[in-house]
Amino acid sequence: MVVHRDFLLASPGAVVVRLGELVVTGGFWATVATSLSRIVIGFTGAAIIGAALATLSSASRVAEALAAPLIATIRSAPVVSFIILLLLWTDSSRLAAYTSFLMVLPVMYANILAGIRNRDRALLEVAAVFRIPWLRRVRAIDVPAVLPFFAAACRTGVGLAWKSGVAAEVIGVAQGSIGERLYEAKLFLESADLFAWTIVIIALSVAGEAVVLWGLRRAQARFVGSGASVTTSRAGATP
Amino acid sequence: MRTSEASPEGAVSLREVTRRFGEQRVLDGFSLTLAAGTVTALMGPNASGKTTVARLVLGLDVPDGGRVDARHGLRRAAVFQEDRLCEHLNAAENLALVIERSDRVAIAGELRAVGLDADAIPKPVRELSGGQRRRVAIARALAGDAEFVVLDEPFTGIDVETKPALIAYVRERLTGRTALLITHDRSEAAQLGARIVRLGS
Repeated sequence: MVVHRDFLLASPGAVVVRLGELVVTGGFWATVATSLSRIVIGFTGAAIIGAALATLSSASRVAEALAAPLIATIRSAPVVSFIILLLLWTDSSRLAAYTSFLMVLPVMYANILAGIRNRDRALLEVAAVFRIPWLRRVRAIDVPAVLPFFAAACRTGVGLAWKSGVAAEVIGVAQGSIGERLYEAKLFLESADLFAWTIVIIALSVAGEAVVLWGLRRAQARFVGSGASVTTSRAGATP
Repeated sequence: MRTSEASPEGAVSLREVTRRFGEQRVLDGFSLTLAAGTVTALMGPNASGKTTVARLVLGLDVPDGGRVDARHGLRRAAVFQEDRLCEHLNAAENLALVIERSDRVAIAGELRAVGLDADAIPKPVRELSGGQRRRVAIARALAGDAEFVVLDEPFTGIDVETKPALIAYVRERLTGRTALLITHDRSEAAQLGARIVRLGS
């Protein structure tokens, strides 16, 4: 069936034209900046808290017994349940950050914990016998072991943060966000807008992953040397 | 199983130590005193418990029975049976990792003293030959200020021509330190002036 009505399914040409019209406006960049900043905050928070919880869980059985059920609950609960709950507790401007944080946190926690557990036991014994200072051990033994797992978490996490963050913005109709633009496109049957903004989300997600992997490659060069490719490895226990 | 005579001024000692792995009793009432400032060579057939003794005196394992005594804060170092180097680091960085106040010139000097070529020093150790890696592991154990050193078959993979020079380096660096040498080679023990203790039947 061919759909001849642009408001139901815009032609590729119409989408490109609409995208061209959007990118030259200041409002477009303000909208991108609003969503980008919230999703970056959510992703970064998940990386920091995930790393902290994984470190605690690796060091203490009690901490793991407390963290594991919490992470499992967050992982299996439907994202819309979180979004609606968060709408009750907070205003829609913070929704995207909290939602992407909650979606990325279990991925970060599981991967970083797997990385910590994957450390070379023989080298940890060397560190214990020679009493290698804590910071030196982290740089020489812990970081090189965890980096490929963290890279795998980032690859999954960036896309997840965007998808869940924008979904939250749509549901909460967060003012000045990409989600609000998508909501309006649906409301006014502007399918060209819908596709144009979808392309923007995909582009931002791909660019975000590229930036994170570039940073990880720099970290790899510094901590692991150029011989081993950690960022191309799929060693992580990606859920 | 024979045990050595106890020495009162031992730096590290095992008293009536028992260690089991499942059903197997690897050590059964084993006692050994490593007198301060001396080298003791532990010899015996495979699976007689030599490496288990090494792990106990390094504090990496705990006995099922008996006691392992060492002064609190004793500075330890080891050449493990495997090289156990940080593969992505170069030889000098592997040494700097364990030395309290690392000095580039002193580290390079130490690596040359174990017979490592100057052009091998800046390479990640994963690019070095088996013999070169072993030399790095030996230098790492002896370059620092450890008071007690365990050498578990330290000369494995070292070629016959360069071995005497390396043994001379180890003997010189062990002066004044307490050491436990694990070896199958009686002449290595003799060249390091070690008292020999036999383990197993």
